[in-house]
Amino acid sequence: MKRSMLSIKNLQARIEEKEILRGINLEVKPGEVHAIMGPNGSGKSTLASVLSGREDYEVTGGDVTFNGKDLLELSPEDRAREGIFLAFQYPVEIPGVSTINFMKTAVNEVREYRGQDPLDAVSFLKLMKEKMKLVEIDESLLKRALNEGFSGGEKKRNEIFQMAMLEPKLAILDETDSGLDIDALRIVANGVNKLKSKDNAVIVVTHYQRLLDYIVPDYVHVLYKGRIVKSGTKELALELEEKGYDWIKAEADAVV
Amino acid sequence: MELKDTILQHYREQTSDVIADVRQDALNTFNQIGFPTIKHEEWKYTNLKQSLTKPYAIQPAATLSKAAIQEVLDTLPKGIFLVFVNGIFQPELSDKNLQGAEVNSFAEKVDVVQRYFGKNLPFTDSMQSLNIAFAQQGTFIRIPKNVSIEAPLFCVFLTDTQTENVFVQPSLFILLEDGAQATIAESYHTIGTNTSFTNLFSHILLQKDAYLDAYKIQNDVVSAVQINTTQLVHESKCTSHTTTITLGGGITRNNLSISLQSEHNEAYLNGLYVTQGTMHVDNHTLVDHAMPNCYSNELYKGILNDTSSGVFNGKIWVRKDAQKTNAFQSNKNVLMSKEASVNTKPQLEIFADDVKCSHGATTGQLDEQALYYLRARGIGEESAKKLLVHAFAFDVVDKIKNSVIKEYLIEALEAKL
Repeated sequence: MKRSMLSIKNLQARIEEKEILRGINLEVKPGEVHAIMGPNGSGKSTLASVLSGREDYEVTGGDVTFNGKDLLELSPEDRAREGIFLAFQYPVEIPGVSTINFMKTAVNEVREYRGQDPLDAVSFLKLMKEKMKLVEIDESLLKRALNEGFSGGEKKRNEIFQMAMLEPKLAILDETDSGLDIDALRIVANGVNKLKSKDNAVIVVTHYQRLLDYIVPDYVHVLYKGRIVKSGTKELALELEEKGYDWIKAEADAVV
Repeated sequence: MELKDTILQHYREQTSDVIADVRQDALNTFNQIGFPTIKHEEWKYTNLKQSLTKPYAIQPAATLSKAAIQEVLDTLPKGIFLVFVNGIFQPELSDKNLQGAEVNSFAEKVDVVQRYFGKNLPFTDSMQSLNIAFAQQGTFIRIPKNVSIEAPLFCVFLTDTQTENVFVQPSLFILLEDGAQATIAESYHTIGTNTSFTNLFSHILLQKDAYLDAYKIQNDVVSAVQINTTQLVHESKCTSHTTTITLGGGITRNNLSISLQSEHNEAYLNGLYVTQGTMHVDNHTLVDHAMPNCYSNELYKGILNDTSSGVFNGKIWVRKDAQKTNAFQSNKNVLMSKEASVNTKPQLEIFADDVKCSHGATTGQLDEQALYYLRARGIGEESAKKLLVHAFAFDVVDKIKNSVIKEYLIEALEAKL
């Protein structure tokens, strides 16, 4: 049996005084795709943010190990360098920094952490062209200031491009489908699928089932009030699509 | 003896009759107002008291060796060098080939200087008056009609403080005649560890269709105090780009006033200040739209570190006759430490009714969201901050027209960020 890549045990977190995660347990192995679903306010995005190291959240209990390392001890940049990638729900606009320049800095800092030499301009350009093709993004977009004035679809595509450039071991897609029309959704999902391998894993955080038509999960977990209250296979997602979340809420609330 | 008395005594002892009337008027004005204090509204946040209570040698004779001067010139971008030592122009140390420009002392061109210098300006300030009162050794730079000068005319101001505190007052009158085009840069260098106090005044007159690209590059040592006043007058259909970059010096006060006296003038004002330690930088700008159909666009940005402080005060006047004015102004600041501070005050005074004007000022810290986003991609906190600071400064640097100066400034900026 394969070892877990990511192991989350009884993870609890809060923002200011508000408890959001109340004991999450999750095991993710290489090659797997996990979907985290749940109603609004259940803690899905918080889980994604806590895993990537966002400092607004305070972890109050539990453990997270990533390839044997204590993830919670690492800075956001070291988590990224270890191979965690968060595709943001709301990618930040940064005027004055081009995507190309930003990615060059990121790729080379990650390489340095891994003891590799920095890429020279030619090799970087080559890598970039290759990944651009893979995720169907235009070079003119990458020359512009990072996400500035990008449409929703362009921003999400840029996230997937960055993911392709950084080749993470674990990609966490935080509501990547929000604000996308069906064509943009397909392009984004195609990009993710092309990057999938037996050695990496994906966590798809989503409210809706439709993204899972394109990125097919091995497991589906339902998050409610900061806990995973139900896990299953992709059929669970279809059931949620059909019946909504109320029956899960009722089930979970009955237990508590 | 108080500095004011020392200066007045100097005035009585000098015997020059160059522009004597203008100078006497200016002295009277200075005498009335005295040195600025924080009680003067325009000087509320810049306190000169400590700098003014020191003893100074008033504009002592030049002593710097040629080699010492060359050492400074070697650090600057290529240009036509005009060297000033302790406030006075030094023709023998300056470039001889002026590519069509003419440089003379006020005494040599007293008629022209007499006609224009220090006249018809939108405001007076006691430091400007003090400078004019002692402008008998001023320098007149003329770009004749339709002459276009490619290389930057680089005014390099050196002050020798190796043996004592030194007070200097360079005076410039710069005339760009009809259709003339030039790039004029200034940089300031204190040699020695004692205090240099520079009270510089330059009066620039652009005649019809003239084009000026002007730079102030302030990257001096902390023992440098500088009051730098520029009055730039556009006659008609002129364009000016002014770039004021402050990266060093102890106390720096820049007064930049641009007067648009006839129709179809364009003025672009760009400024950047990056401060550290206990530096204090004060930028006061005034754009005076006196006549219709003129355009002005101003962008000043500040990055303040440590316990340094900054001031931005930007005034736009749109007078009654200045219909169809377009005037824009923006000041943005980033505070990099809890102890750094900035006082920013945009002022718009509009007396015409058919104009487009806007102004805005922001002061904040680096965007936490942006910082997290960069770090989540594997960029370390320090490099992420650096990237964001660069991005913040970028649009001012990007507006620099002269590529040689731009390259030089990017490098100087790089060393400070």
